Amino acid sequence: MTFSLLIAQLINGLQTGSVYALVALGYSMVYGIIKLLNFAHGDIIMVGAYMVYYAIASFALPPVVAIALAVLVSTLLGVFVEKVAYTPLRSAPRLSLLITAIGVSFLLENGAQLVFGADQKSMDPMITGSFMMGQVNVSYVAIVTIVVSVAIMILLSFVVNKTKAGKAMRAVSEDMGAAQLMGISLNRTISMTFAIGSALAGVGSVLYLCAYTQASPTMGSMLGIKAFVAAVLGGIGSIPGAMIGGFTIGVLEALVAAVGFSMWKDAAVFLVLIIVLLFKPTGFLGKKIQEKV
Amino acid sequence: MKKALLIALILACFMVPVFAGGSSEGAAASDSITIAFIGNTTGDYAMYGVPVRNSVVMFFEQLNAAGGINGKQVKLLEYDDKADGTESINAYNLAKANGATAIIGSVLSGASIALSDVTYDDNMPQISASATNPKLTVMDPDDPKSEVKTNVFRSCFLDPFQGEKMAQYAATKYGAKTIAIFYENGSDYSEAIVQGVESQLAATGLKVVAKEAFATGDVDYKAQMTNIAAANPDVVLMPIYYGEAGRAITALRAAGCKAKIIGGDGFGSVKNYASAADLEGTIYMSGYAPGTPSVSKYEADYKAKFGEEVPNMFAPLAWDASLIMAEGLKAAETKGLKAGTAEYKQAVIDAIKGMQAFEGITGSYTFNETNDPIKSVAIIKIAGGAELFDEFF
Repeated sequence: MTFSLLIAQLINGLQTGSVYALVALGYSMVYGIIKLLNFAHGDIIMVGAYMVYYAIASFALPPVVAIALAVLVSTLLGVFVEKVAYTPLRSAPRLSLLITAIGVSFLLENGAQLVFGADQKSMDPMITGSFMMGQVNVSYVAIVTIVVSVAIMILLSFVVNKTKAGKAMRAVSEDMGAAQLMGISLNRTISMTFAIGSALAGVGSVLYLCAYTQASPTMGSMLGIKAFVAAVLGGIGSIPGAMIGGFTIGVLEALVAAVGFSMWKDAAVFLVLIIVLLFKPTGFLGKKIQEKV
Repeated sequence: MKKALLIALILACFMVPVFAGGSSEGAAASDSITIAFIGNTTGDYAMYGVPVRNSVVMFFEQLNAAGGINGKQVKLLEYDDKADGTESINAYNLAKANGATAIIGSVLSGASIALSDVTYDDNMPQISASATNPKLTVMDPDDPKSEVKTNVFRSCFLDPFQGEKMAQYAATKYGAKTIAIFYENGSDYSEAIVQGVESQLAATGLKVVAKEAFATGDVDYKAQMTNIAAANPDVVLMPIYYGEAGRAITALRAAGCKAKIIGGDGFGSVKNYASAADLEGTIYMSGYAPGTPSVSKYEADYKAKFGEEVPNMFAPLAWDASLIMAEGLKAAETKGLKAGTAEYKQAVIDAIKGMQAFEGITGSYTFNETNDPIKSVAIIKIAGGAELFDEFF
């Protein structure tokens, strides 16, 4: 592999990884605060993607409106799912919550199949074109995807670390009972976490459509699982960890495919999951788990 | 009371074919020829079987209305095999008992192969419009000296045949020297076409500079497309289905590759899965060219009779299968042979085997040593977001 090809493949990996990272952030935040692996998270992206598709392909709305709509609907759906499916189970065993999350995931997938149809919906790419960076062909969509997701991570770090709402989230994640005694509204803080995580999923859905241009009812399941691996790899509960995990998984996939093992891509990702769980269950940035999101 | 009625009904169901068969057998010798259509018109894959059946029925109705074969009417028996090999053999035995002297069917490869094994024992003329598996006409496709089921024909082309055509088109029409192949790993369809392409490399002088694959279900082809773009081929061959093809073409163009793209018949309706700009100039091989003069009457008739557009390429191919079989029957009739006899069947087979560029509605037919059609493929070109017939190749 020549150097320029390697650079091109790294950019491919970072682009894929950006989407994983955005989804992984949602996983991580929700896990950090209520110890729930929200398996319905990937399907929120799917709904967001359909919003973009319908807004642009069917109603010919400008892309900005479509993106806003996707983020809005994802956010509302995420909070709605939390209120309806997870809040009533807050004091139930963790396993019940997990199974409910899987149930919600199936409900969303099959519901989407019913509402949107089982066939994939395709739209024209929102961002086209590429430029040459030395010997390397770089598409604008890759640049936009990477820049947007890095910017969002910085913004999110700021929100979590510097604002009052972020402080409340960190407090709840450290000790729910004590936080409540200090006058922090549990319900509001948890909903806030879901809202932010789902909004990120909405942005992720837009970036996903930029790259793959097709929405289908089951698109969220594999994406969600890979993002989950990314979150575990980076250290679940950690924001920079989710980002690093996402980029690592994306680059790993690109390199595996680039050397001719494209059918082993998924296997490589899950191999990483197994290795992490065996040798370093806390992931790259797992130490920070004390001050979870 | 209800039970008795039910039993009576069931009995009646069994009686009808017997009576029908009985009468046809008597008539067969004199003023009609009995043949059978066997195919799956119910069950999971009925969307393939029903259009095939419709075309066969429509063909023989029109043939009979126009005077039949040498003045004899063709009596078409219909059997549903539910795409199951055992059912298709049962149907065949019934058809034989009812005097059938030729078989059109079955529809899916599995049932058609099971059927061809028993028709071969009887040297019964058989033609399938849609079974693309090589085993339909050859006992063991991996063995070049394998026994050929000389009585079995097909009107569709084989998957490897498409691949050969794709390579030939790239070399002769585009003057390509280098090609890249992007295929679906683990898909019989995709891999068979790749085989066909590779069989033509020496003859066409093409060099494969990149061969990339994806696993079924994967959506991210960026890495593979970057490799293909780096290899800078003249033409990219994509023997994959339309949904994946749309994503692959989008990713290929995003990777900065401007090579020409050639797809297989799985590309049908790819125009809905990628942007017009990315697709511009892409061509694909098709067994059927919608809207061309040779099929326009058929398409209009189909729509008038069944109330829907021709749903897939197997429907017009089934018309051609019927046409070929009718031509074979005509040869046997002309010789004055008695339907159902060994000489009659052999005459039908010989007539089909001897066809030279016989004109069907989807192209012209000549059969090779393994009874597969050597026919022109229709080239469909995508221009301005529309899939248009370009030429026969």
